[in-house]
Amino acid sequence: MIKITTTLKTSFRALRRNPMRSALTTLGIIIGIASVIAMVQIGEGSSAAIKQTIANMGANTLIVFPGAAASGGVTFGGGSAVTLTSQDATAIARDCPSVQAAAPQVHARLQLVRGNQNWVPQFIYGTTPAYLKIRDWPIAQGRAFTNGDVLGANEVCLLGQTDVKELFPSGKAVGKTILVQNVPLRVIGVLARKGANMMGMDQDDVLILPWTTLKYRISGTALQNQNQNTSSSSSTISTNQLYPETSQNLYPTPSAVEQQDLPQPVSFPNVNAIFVAVPTASQIPQAIKEITVLLRQRHHLQPGQPNDFNIRNMAEISNALGSTSKMMTNLLTGVALISLLVGGVGIMNIMLVSVTERTREIGLRMAVGAKPRDILSQFILEAIVLCLCGGVLGILVGQGLSSAVKNLLGWPIALSVPAVVASVAVSAGVGLIFGYYPAWKASRLDPIEALRYE
Amino acid sequence: MDLIRTENLYKTYRLGGGDLSVLKGVSMALKPGELVALMGVSGSGKTTLMNILGCLDRPTSGRYFFDGDEISRLSPNQRAVVRNSKIGFVFQNFNLLPRTSALENVLLPTAYADSGLTTRDLRRRAVEILQRVGLGDRLDHEPSQLSGGQQQRVALARALVNNPRLVLADEPTGNLDSHTSEEVLQMFQQLNSEQGITILLVTHDANVAAHAQRVIHIRDGLIEAGSVASAAGHGTLATGDA
Repeated sequence: MIKITTTLKTSFRALRRNPMRSALTTLGIIIGIASVIAMVQIGEGSSAAIKQTIANMGANTLIVFPGAAASGGVTFGGGSAVTLTSQDATAIARDCPSVQAAAPQVHARLQLVRGNQNWVPQFIYGTTPAYLKIRDWPIAQGRAFTNGDVLGANEVCLLGQTDVKELFPSGKAVGKTILVQNVPLRVIGVLARKGANMMGMDQDDVLILPWTTLKYRISGTALQNQNQNTSSSSSTISTNQLYPETSQNLYPTPSAVEQQDLPQPVSFPNVNAIFVAVPTASQIPQAIKEITVLLRQRHHLQPGQPNDFNIRNMAEISNALGSTSKMMTNLLTGVALISLLVGGVGIMNIMLVSVTERTREIGLRMAVGAKPRDILSQFILEAIVLCLCGGVLGILVGQGLSSAVKNLLGWPIALSVPAVVASVAVSAGVGLIFGYYPAWKASRLDPIEALRYE
Repeated sequence: MDLIRTENLYKTYRLGGGDLSVLKGVSMALKPGELVALMGVSGSGKTTLMNILGCLDRPTSGRYFFDGDEISRLSPNQRAVVRNSKIGFVFQNFNLLPRTSALENVLLPTAYADSGLTTRDLRRRAVEILQRVGLGDRLDHEPSQLSGGQQQRVALARALVNNPRLVLADEPTGNLDSHTSEEVLQMFQQLNSEQGITILLVTHDANVAAHAQRVIHIRDGLIEAGSVASAAGHGTLATGDA
């Protein structure tokens, strides 16, 4: 019985006898493996970069909306119930382990006035400092407001780039004051440009301020349609204030008894939405589960009752973009695998030449006692050794290539251990598959013929 | 007991037209410790006979006993074991592995042997045999750095490394000049007389055959009766078949 180490040594010796040819033969494998490694690493890098981009767009964000309010069979649509509070946001951030941060959001649509300029921004968000982190929204100038500003309902705000352009033709906004419904707000920061969102809306047309300020100092409730019996305090331009005489009472004024019996909360501390950041997209389902449990508990919902809130995520977008990048990587890897296949054919070709050239050696080995099996294993092992050397060199070249791409083109790359392991396995496999036929041919030689071969 | 005994060996090749009989009933015997020459012109069937005796080929019919075993019934793998452990080959064109040192060449048959020896023991043994054939100072030389006579001595060392019962030499001096031929043949004689190794020289050259203790002539696939006489004084005879 011939030992594997002896055969291995024999194979190495045989390959060393023709170093130039061995090197050229492995070149095919080197190129194949190198391109596989480079493709996979660059692909994974860009995939990670795309994921990062998607995360910036809000793929790792969940939005909790209140459920629909209904009164006597008339529903007011999603988001009309007044069930979410800022304490819910605090509790989500504190009690849900899969959640990174949570921030409440209060909407309004109001006019901003600065001197003789005025503008109605698309979005006015009342929120907490965590919101900017969740939306991954840096400050271009000035500073963000603090939790202290939120607690004190301080009259400060952050302006989007579009609003700065509309209200401050000079471009200098930080430190100036604007009026919102006659409430003066000091601009303490300007947000970085974010561009249009996926729906094509200008995200820079925004005013962000502490939610307490918006809720309690400016607009009693968020939207006019939300609670129809409080219409007077939340409209964009209140005609009541300009022309108090023409104000019509749609509803009869409650009598003192009625007010005692049905007290209306003056400032219900509800918020319009809660923004939740989750560290990775894969944790989104877990986070949804945790938030659902927590909010059901906080809202005292019985087991049979439906949720009084909805949770939305942007997984669809992230899945679509992620699969696109994965498809590109697979495509390129496929092309690289074809070059590996070509390299394998090169190995087979050279091994066939080698078998023919070494016919006499094979005959001699058989004459001194090598069994066909020994010859078979020797030549297969030679092919595998050749391919493995090529594989190892290919991994190094591939790493070099991807680092070069990283350094020269600035593309992101990610080291892929599975790709390295797979490359080694694949190159050994290529050696086995493409080395088998020549080795089989060698083992089938007749020693008498082989010894006489010229 | 005979080391080699053949009974009525026939070898027939099936060619396109019809059958070609190369051996037509060869019966012969070799005793342990003999130095015998197998002589015949080309086409006489001596190469075919040598291939069968060397367990490289099997006869069409007839029986072949080597060291008491019936060889003609063995499978190719079993014959490979016999070749490895009991027969050493020396070829006309040396058949050394190119770009491989003399020592590694000598070690080649040990790779396929199940001797149980360690690599170090095997190397020591190979060095010892190379010293015995006078190449103790040429261990690391490759065949291209050796003369023809030296190469053939490396081949002889390789034939001896597994302690064979029989050394089969096929025209061992065919590629050598007369001077080195003489050296190599003397080495065969020396190995035979000092170590008692059985040697079969296959040749067409009468000068080579003259170094043997006895000569077996083969012609047209038959052992010639005359070879009996030339073997006188050496015990068992090769007998021509009628």
